[in-house]
Amino acid sequence: MNLLLAGPFVIPLLGAGITLLLRRTPRSQQVAGVVTLAAVVADAAWLLSLTADGTVLTSHAGNWPAPLGITLVADPLAALLLTVSAVVLILVLLYAIGQDIGGLSRATPQTFHPLYLVLTAGVCLSFLAGDLFNLFVAFEVMLTASYALITQAPTRARVRASMIYTVVGLTSSILFLTGIALVYALVGTVNMADIAVKLDGAPDDLRMVLALLFLVVFGIKAAIVPMHFWLPDSYPVAITRISAIFAALLTKVAVYAIIRTQTLLFGGDDVSAVLLWIAIATMVVGIMGALVQDDINRIMSFALVSHIGFMIFGLALNTVAGIAGVMVYLVHHIVVQATMFLVNGLVRQFVGHTSLRSIRGLTAVSPALAIYFFLPAVSLAGIPPMSGFIAKVALFQAGVEVGGWLTWVAIGAGLLTSLLTLIAIFRVWTRAFWGTPLPDMLTARAELKRGPDAAGLRMMTATTGVMVAVGVLVALLGGPLVDLSFTAAHDLLDGGAYIEAVLPGGAS
Amino acid sequence: MNVPGLVLVIALAILYSSGFYLLLQRSLMRVVFGIVMLGHAANLSLMLTDAAITLPPLLGGRSGQISDPLPQALALTAIVITFGVTTYLLALAYRVWLGDANDEVPDDLEDRRIGRLSEPEDSQ
Repeated sequence: MNLLLAGPFVIPLLGAGITLLLRRTPRSQQVAGVVTLAAVVADAAWLLSLTADGTVLTSHAGNWPAPLGITLVADPLAALLLTVSAVVLILVLLYAIGQDIGGLSRATPQTFHPLYLVLTAGVCLSFLAGDLFNLFVAFEVMLTASYALITQAPTRARVRASMIYTVVGLTSSILFLTGIALVYALVGTVNMADIAVKLDGAPDDLRMVLALLFLVVFGIKAAIVPMHFWLPDSYPVAITRISAIFAALLTKVAVYAIIRTQTLLFGGDDVSAVLLWIAIATMVVGIMGALVQDDINRIMSFALVSHIGFMIFGLALNTVAGIAGVMVYLVHHIVVQATMFLVNGLVRQFVGHTSLRSIRGLTAVSPALAIYFFLPAVSLAGIPPMSGFIAKVALFQAGVEVGGWLTWVAIGAGLLTSLLTLIAIFRVWTRAFWGTPLPDMLTARAELKRGPDAAGLRMMTATTGVMVAVGVLVALLGGPLVDLSFTAAHDLLDGGAYIEAVLPGGAS
Repeated sequence: MNVPGLVLVIALAILYSSGFYLLLQRSLMRVVFGIVMLGHAANLSLMLTDAAITLPPLLGGRSGQISDPLPQALALTAIVITFGVTTYLLALAYRVWLGDANDEVPDDLEDRRIGRLSEPEDSQ
């Protein structure tokens, strides 16, 4: 049990060490990276199969019982996100390898693979951490790797963008640390289950302050409005594979942390109204930003911000159906957002940039690319029968059940956002994909097909295709996914199973 | 609250406020100093939590006789992280400075472009 739970972050850390040693031989480095991530996928899937019925697995480091030792916890929510993240991580790595095969990315630094695996370890540990301080350390591991990754292939613009990214990330880390200090001063423990038990007796206003502080801390990382300003400035500047993995996972890890802290520690109802307002603002402001952008990557970054709002909306409802909706949305969005950025990467490969002003007729240049863009795009806008539709219906149904004028406003904002997402996407579609292609785009495409990069390009296209297929699979598996989400959401709101698993008999 | 505790609280207030003030500056070096100050403030606040605990978790002795080891362990970890990231940030600031010999945070060009959209559009 110990090994099984520790696997998702110990394996990538070992892999990071090995790939660092193999840095002189890029090919073996690539193999080691893929093997490591395959092991993580297997481990995560195993954990998911064990926890699917609502079981909560725990592991105590050195057999020190909680709350004294370090505890790792896997409940259905953590296991589900772990599995989806691992699948996306391995696909993006394959895409990156495809890019390297043909030398398309020119001089990939040898540090890419170790850093990527350290990032994996951080993401996995964030899902499994059973105490606040380990969650902080996991965030730091993940973010430190991301600070270094965002400056890969450093250009002047990239270094500047990464400076903003790093400073914002650090500020939220420091606030996180302050929050941990305040919680520890109040209840004398950092174990989350133990905090949940002891915080019940704390004064209401203190609970409220702590809940808001943690909301700000994770809100900065999840890019909820008004703390979203850094994301569209830093993500689009990074190279494709990096921005894909950041957009797919880093914000979602923060959303996971918001769910975990607000349901388990604070019971959710303290800040429900605040969350609803934040959700409305995030949805509308984000999508408004997307509508006026010129660069496809920036459009997707703003759309990412706006769709974080949907998850906050589900959480704000504070019902089983609402939380279950958030889980479905998380799974859908991790896959779809990564796909969109990979497709943008392919566009950049073909055309050299992603500015809407000078792209036309991509459908004629590459029909496959058009399909790869279209499927996740309509899923993002919530057109049936795609996964985005299932997720949005789940959220809106939960909202209707709760009722109240603010909830209805939020549902209205959600519908408006879906509509505006559709408009933003069709703007990209009509400008970039329709029309007669520019002549130099066709020659560039022909050269790419004949050139030494062809094999790599095929691998990149194939990987993107698999990612699109995974997105469709999420829609096909909608039924079981919703069932699993309801089981998990029930436990999350109740909190009893989690606390009982970590602290048997409520002892402390 | 005893006198050393009060001094620490005042120090915390000064560190946090000047840290955030520096963070809002346009020069990157000042931003780095702001981060350093905030990092120290967070570590110091971890140390302060010690006073609030009545029982050391392992021994269960009387309060005031044995200090609680956990905040110190946490602060130690946090200090290492702060040091590491500060080093990285300094390297990054140096890189920015090498790039174009000033270290001011630039305007967002895309924002400027959208701002211009409200004015009469130049024909494409």
